[in-house]
Amino acid sequence: MRDLYTEGDEIRDEKAPAGPIAERWDKRRFSAKLVNPANRRKLSVIIVGTGLAGASAAATLGEAGYQVKSFCYQDSPRRAHSIAAQGGINAAKNYRNDGDSIYRLFYDTVKGGDFRSRESNVYRLSQVSVEIIDQCVAQGVPFAREYGGLLDNRSFGGVQVSRTFYARGQTGQQLLIGAYQALERQVQAGTVEMNTRHEMLELIVVDGRARGIIARDMVTGEIETHFADAVVLSTGGYGNVFYLSTNAMGCNVTATWRAHRKGAYFANPCYTQIHPTCIPVSGDYQSKLTLMSESLRNDGRIWVPSRAGDSRDPREIPEDERDYYLERIYPSFGNLVPRDIASRAAKNVCDEGRGVGPGGLGVYLDFADAIKRMGRPAVEAKYGNLFDMYQRITGENPYEVPMRIYPAVHYTMGGLWVDYDLQSSIPGLFVTGEANFSDHGANRLGASALMQGLADGYFVLPNTINDYLAGGPFEKLDENTPEAKEAAEAVRARIDRLLSVNGDRTVDSFHKELGHIMWDYCGMERNEEGLRKAVERIRELREEFWQNVRVLGTNEELNQSLEKAGRVADFFELAELMCVDALHRRESCGGHFRSESQTEDGEALRHDDEFAYVAAWEFGGTGEPPVLHKEPLEYEYVEMKQRSYK
Amino acid sequence: MNITLRVWRQKGPDDKGRMVTYKVEDVSPDMSFLEMLDVLNEKLTLEGEEPVAFDHDCREGICGACGVVIDGEAHGPETTTTCQLHMRSFSDGDTITVEPWRAKAFPVIKDLVVDRGSFDRIVQAGGYISAPTGTAPDAHAMPVPKADADRAFDAATCIGCGACVAACPNASGMLFTAAKVTHLGMLPQGQPEREARVVQMVNQHDEEDFGGCTNIGECAAVCPKGIPLDTISQLNRDLLGALTSSRAE
Repeated sequence: MRDLYTEGDEIRDEKAPAGPIAERWDKRRFSAKLVNPANRRKLSVIIVGTGLAGASAAATLGEAGYQVKSFCYQDSPRRAHSIAAQGGINAAKNYRNDGDSIYRLFYDTVKGGDFRSRESNVYRLSQVSVEIIDQCVAQGVPFAREYGGLLDNRSFGGVQVSRTFYARGQTGQQLLIGAYQALERQVQAGTVEMNTRHEMLELIVVDGRARGIIARDMVTGEIETHFADAVVLSTGGYGNVFYLSTNAMGCNVTATWRAHRKGAYFANPCYTQIHPTCIPVSGDYQSKLTLMSESLRNDGRIWVPSRAGDSRDPREIPEDERDYYLERIYPSFGNLVPRDIASRAAKNVCDEGRGVGPGGLGVYLDFADAIKRMGRPAVEAKYGNLFDMYQRITGENPYEVPMRIYPAVHYTMGGLWVDYDLQSSIPGLFVTGEANFSDHGANRLGASALMQGLADGYFVLPNTINDYLAGGPFEKLDENTPEAKEAAEAVRARIDRLLSVNGDRTVDSFHKELGHIMWDYCGMERNEEGLRKAVERIRELREEFWQNVRVLGTNEELNQSLEKAGRVADFFELAELMCVDALHRRESCGGHFRSESQTEDGEALRHDDEFAYVAAWEFGGTGEPPVLHKEPLEYEYVEMKQRSYK
Repeated sequence: MNITLRVWRQKGPDDKGRMVTYKVEDVSPDMSFLEMLDVLNEKLTLEGEEPVAFDHDCREGICGACGVVIDGEAHGPETTTTCQLHMRSFSDGDTITVEPWRAKAFPVIKDLVVDRGSFDRIVQAGGYISAPTGTAPDAHAMPVPKADADRAFDAATCIGCGACVAACPNASGMLFTAAKVTHLGMLPQGQPEREARVVQMVNQHDEEDFGGCTNIGECAAVCPKGIPLDTISQLNRDLLGALTSSRAE
């Protein structure tokens, strides 16, 4: 395996203070250098991305008096993909008096992450969660309320307490609109300059510090150079490397990947979360997948025909010719096993040829029994909106025919490596939200993504970035600075190259093929042979891409093919690193299942003695193998255990 | 299914633009409308013609990025976003006309893509509650009657797609503005700025060259999120109150 990577020195997070875990965040806030309000005006910060993590940071740093430049690829900051989150946001408020606490949220998150996250970071996340809800309510976020006028809570993702705050099925949209409005208030106040329809294509590093970005104006094609004293990437996850995912079409890895190539370590890229209850692919034209709340598993029963290739109408398949496989394999948890287990089981039955629907990639989620037991009106009251959504997309009536579901990629736990201050391995480059790696370990719990995005943006970064900025303002730069010139020229050269190939295949055809490779070999189940094959095929396909892609039009206009081509080119490079990371981690943990590492019952088997570390990858140079830096993980507060759901 | 498309093609903001006819064959009824456009674009690219530009992102009806006028109706024949419209709403052999949102306040950038920056500027003018990070009291310090919270929520579901403007014969942005005024105005946290908010937002709306509202109601009829028309009544009430209030400037 050493042909694929080399190993460098161990790394450590130097910023988290020692001592009792509950005091660490206080200690760090006290030890971090401050910037006096008069000096903040002289300091500038670039923030890329306007989802929960980016918009909240831009608004808060603007309020604090820094000069902020915010960028997003969408036509409005309000459209970032945080908007699509449905379920809710966790907070250890204990409004239900049901035994919840900061410590319990911390404990659940470390355990849920399968012991591959940092205790200090997760504890701070739990502490800050409480303030997030206060902040959002003050902004006018319309959370669900009870008749007494107080906030409603629900239980989510299999935890035993009710700590999830929600706004019907669109919590993400309501939280994002709150952050967006705070951001627009600062635009009006003149502290934030907003650049919509701008895509970051390169990071500028001068004297070892992140000092700016090269961005393309997606309307005019102009390649712009922007400088600042610090750069923040809040650019989300990389699930679209699989082509089909629940991510928005524009979600991409380019900002973080370009930073990686300039020296930022990429941590745990192989950790991806695959959600079991999505609407299956209906044909080759499919462009994205839609998630349905996993609450459906509370009353629906999951099954496939016992016999491979049984293509009868599901209503005509008698009970004794059906396999309710989750109930069979996991008698105590049944249909309610965790996300990763439900997903993998669905894949296994489909691999056996027992899948249903187009291409055999689906399993039934059947409400016939629930309708018999509860009556149709009760099912309608509980799940009506989800049934409607299903019917709108598939054209089938789920009250009469069982729904078909299949797993889909929807979150990536890996991301750029950051320390406790959320600073990457490049000084002056900070990373927040899904774009960093720090809080979810190998598996994220439901309703925790929104919590982390807002924790990072409202409360963590604004209390740590000052420690770095106190050393500024840094030397003034202009477009003739050699590093900036070089970065802009590299961007132009890449665009010219993409436009000049003029081959026979579209960008999407390459992206689709890459997605198939990743799904087949680096998806729900991975093994050495498959991953090695994937690395080879990715390299071949990447080669072909640069020889045979067709991108029409010019740079000097709105050119959506060109935008996609640049993103797909970066996905190719990331895909290879994901496979190498998955190859080197010869254990199963959370969303990463290696078929060589399972218990006798076919469950995930961790190897804590060998793999209790963060894998932080350094870019080794174009065509050179990446360098692995291990950050050992230590658990002082939560005892490491193996999960079981039988 | 085989479909004939008449699509608005416009090279850039200064181009005059024209309708161009394309054939799309083997369309599956299960395709979304945007996936059908993807198929067209793949075909055009291979034939050496530039693909049709259109805005889209989440493709699950929540980000508000997509939106085109289909056979004269904003977002097409179903009351949904364009990304959630499926080809089973059409028949084999149909000719479908596809145009961008048309409004002075939404200039065309290219093909079906328009600039909706005017919506952001209306929000900048006052569509927020001033609550700097860290200043918030406990979330339960101020209970909100459920009926008020629910009405605020209904108004807050606006996704800013702009269909209301495209459908309005006056190209008015009043439903969008009213949704925000209602959302924030129903909540106790929104009271201190309520009067200033409505005045500033309506001023900005007018400055952006949106047309005036004459209560036609096409906006609410096409709204994929069902924003109620009576939010505009609430805006008018708030505006009148604000203009006659002793606090008005």
